[in-house]
Amino acid sequence: MSREAWRGFEDGHWNEDVNVRDFIQRNYTQYDGNEDFLAGPTEATDKLWGELQKLQAAERANKGVLDMETEVVSSLTAYGPGYINEDMKDLEKVVGLQTDKPLKRAFMPFGGIKMAEEACTTYGYTPNPRFHEIFTKYHKTHNQAVFDAYTPEMRAARHSHIVTGLPDTYGRGRIVGDYRRVALYGIDFLIEKKEADKANCGCGVMTDDVIRQREELSEQIRALRDMKAMAEIYGFDISQPAKNAREAVQWLYFGYLAAIKSQNGAAMSVGRISTFLDIYIERDLKEGTLTETEAQELIDHMVMKFRMVKFARIPSYNELFTGDPVWATLEVAGLGMDGRHMVTKNDYRFLHTLENMGPSPEPNLTVLYTSQLPETFKLYASKISVTTSSIQYENDDVMRPIWGDDYSICCCVSATQTGKEMQFFGARANLAKCLLYAINGGKDEKFMTKDGKHMQIGPEYAPITGDVLDFDEVMHKYDLMLDWLAGLYVNILNLIHYMHDKYYYEAAELALIDTDVRRTFATGIAGFSHVVDSLCAIKYAKVSVVRDEEGVAVDYKIDGDFPKYGNDDARADEIAVWLLKTFMNKVRKYDTYRDSEPTTSILTITSNVVYGKATGALPDGREAFKPFAPGANPAYGAEQNGLLASLNSVAKLPYEYALDGISNTQTINPGALGHDDDERKANLANVLDGYFDRGAHHLNVNVFGVEKLKDAMEHPEKPEYANFTIRVSGYAVKFIDLTREQQLDVINRTCHDRM
Amino acid sequence: MIKGFIHSTESFGSVDGPGVRFLIFLKGCDMRCRYCHNPDTWEKNCGEEMTADELLDKAVRYKSYWRKDGGITVSGGEALLQIDFLIELFEKAKEMGINTCLDTSAQPFTREDPFFSKFERLMKSTDLLLLDIKHIDSAEHKKLTGQPNENILDCARYLDSIHKPIWIRHVLVPGITDNDVYLKETRAFIDTLSNVEKVEVLPYHTLGTFKYEEMGLTYSLKDVNPPEADRIANAIEILTK
Repeated sequence: MSREAWRGFEDGHWNEDVNVRDFIQRNYTQYDGNEDFLAGPTEATDKLWGELQKLQAAERANKGVLDMETEVVSSLTAYGPGYINEDMKDLEKVVGLQTDKPLKRAFMPFGGIKMAEEACTTYGYTPNPRFHEIFTKYHKTHNQAVFDAYTPEMRAARHSHIVTGLPDTYGRGRIVGDYRRVALYGIDFLIEKKEADKANCGCGVMTDDVIRQREELSEQIRALRDMKAMAEIYGFDISQPAKNAREAVQWLYFGYLAAIKSQNGAAMSVGRISTFLDIYIERDLKEGTLTETEAQELIDHMVMKFRMVKFARIPSYNELFTGDPVWATLEVAGLGMDGRHMVTKNDYRFLHTLENMGPSPEPNLTVLYTSQLPETFKLYASKISVTTSSIQYENDDVMRPIWGDDYSICCCVSATQTGKEMQFFGARANLAKCLLYAINGGKDEKFMTKDGKHMQIGPEYAPITGDVLDFDEVMHKYDLMLDWLAGLYVNILNLIHYMHDKYYYEAAELALIDTDVRRTFATGIAGFSHVVDSLCAIKYAKVSVVRDEEGVAVDYKIDGDFPKYGNDDARADEIAVWLLKTFMNKVRKYDTYRDSEPTTSILTITSNVVYGKATGALPDGREAFKPFAPGANPAYGAEQNGLLASLNSVAKLPYEYALDGISNTQTINPGALGHDDDERKANLANVLDGYFDRGAHHLNVNVFGVEKLKDAMEHPEKPEYANFTIRVSGYAVKFIDLTREQQLDVINRTCHDRM
Repeated sequence: MIKGFIHSTESFGSVDGPGVRFLIFLKGCDMRCRYCHNPDTWEKNCGEEMTADELLDKAVRYKSYWRKDGGITVSGGEALLQIDFLIELFEKAKEMGINTCLDTSAQPFTREDPFFSKFERLMKSTDLLLLDIKHIDSAEHKKLTGQPNENILDCARYLDSIHKPIWIRHVLVPGITDNDVYLKETRAFIDTLSNVEKVEVLPYHTLGTFKYEEMGLTYSLKDVNPPEADRIANAIEILTK
């Protein structure tokens, strides 16, 4: 391999072996200054972004989909080159589209042919009928395989939404290829390494593991070859390492493009690329071959591509994850294991894209936060939050000890070691409904059989028959029902991921991950705060049961006050911690697929609305079928002591028991954060310092008033709302892309205000 | 230990003194400002009774958010009506290294004892005062608040004499305080003081009016709208530039 591409870099282990972290640690340049060096958008950026905004407006006008593929099955090499605008293609510093046209959604049948077809027909497109024949008669899909193996109990649990959002109708996603490897090593070196791994795979005895590994390695090598072919279509040879910053950005993007051409996972994250790319930019700046304006242009154009990622989705998916998110999550900042902060000029450049091209939900920009970051950077990030509400913060101090200093966020908030790990994404178990099953002996409070009886979904344990709920009795029965749920849930996921590996293997992403990959098994919790408050109500107030003719509890009457999660009240917060630990420990009891490590999360995306819809009244006073609070947020209206009391409650949840993430979304009225933007950014940085120093994991920050939301809901056509972005649980959306129901849900959530 | 009558607390205050602050609202006020948005704090000797220790235990739970500037702010109601409690609270806070800020209208201020010597003692443990000047003209002040303003302006002069830092706050009400003549007089008064670190113009708002309805009171400024942006800018120009 030519060493010319690595000129000026400090050598290390990374020369011989694939080790991007070693390369970064030896070569990155810290930046402690402020944002004054940043450059505005170039003319090319303005033109391209203007063009893209036109396309986005046309997409909105066309019911949210601009164009769909009906004749070509997506693959790395299925299309010729595509550009934002054919006439402006020379302006694009970073090229490559998922299909042949911008914002056109590819046809991806491997997750499930029915879903691929439904996605088309929903928006008035008719896919070629031959695909139906091929993917039902000649080639099985992931979805078909999962349903072939499901037990009746699993189907029933799925039907009642006690487990929901499962990746059985869409790609599981959440696998972050180490796309940096394409830039640093070139494809040929990566193929060489995978070939060596294959030669070393097994001792000749063909066990399941060895057979599977050999097959997967072959698929990975094929995917790497396809990446080269894909780049050639755009006129690039990526067999060798990138020689300069522009190539590094382009090579890296090709790696990511391979992933989004072949997979439609719920989350297709980009990873931790900022510090890495800065090394190339710094070298070019030093060599005098790049200016700051050109450097910013590269980042702007790359980010523009991340803003364009699209997948064809079905309506039930959109209900779970509204606003067309792809979680092209991308991280900045953080601290190295040696204590040096990893803020570079590039971390500013990525945040600055929100100024150069306005607010945007994608990429899902994430600041890996610690109070040890330079003050200048903290203030800049806070300023971007105050002006755009487009970024999220995650606590590097709790993640670094577990994941090291080269982890990426692989979805909304979940950490994964870049290039070393993959995740089995598992959606969520509805712990609030589980509490109702405990009370009703496994009978569902909402879903009825054909002859009008409540469906028996959970095990037929003895229901609670007393008129007033007794705390000890409820806890005992809840414990038993949680055991059942945890077991069923883990086994559903085992089955799903077995089939996903078999029928929808992520060859392109895993080709950029170490062969000896560590796997995590990401379960999740929905309805968290409602369970906590319900148990508090039962313990500290008097909760009477209202039953229907069949004797099933359908409503609750509460007499007296009770402590609520979200007020820094130890009585409620202890129950919150208990609930998390209990559920995690129950999940741990079960075997998980491919020896993966079980984790859990308290995050719901926008699915808090869907979960709520399927769940009856709860003992905390939440009415039947109303949305849950999102993620680990306290329930609506429960927070009575202001923002910091609420943050303190959430910060008590131990991250070690929720390694997949604890999502918290807070909206602060600008007037309550300071008199002017300078005060606001300083105060927000104080809040972030304080919150994360307490060991909290994640915070979405919105800075706007309810009036703005109401106006945007009533007048979505106003130009100022076209890109009005808000943070919801774990990601960002354009507010006008939410359904009205979800807009109202957002408006009803606590906005921290002050009179 | 003396107990204070507490109206409420708020964990996150960021517009009442420097940085992020824990806010304590005490009960009781003798002013009846027509625009008051907290009429529920007027009544005395009621509300939740708490000791200084209990309040500070609660406050320090938010210490991690205060960083270098933040701390506690006591507001009301009129906090000086419970000056004995306030002295105990602030002295204990200072022992714990907490920055203390007092948000007051200074209406109870007098150079007569027993109040004055207590006030002198209180100032030893007070880092900053947010002093409301409701109206510069005493007759107008009385119309607006039910009380004259001579002792309030005297309080400002006293604080100047002991070099105690203050922030002056002035609520801008259309038709009442939003008047260039009064604004200039207010400015002239501020210019006689050397302890003013900051002047804040607080635009009148109507967010508290629902409380009047809830309490069965009549809100006398029903027809007054919040000031327009240009008038706010004008007041800022006159008072602070």
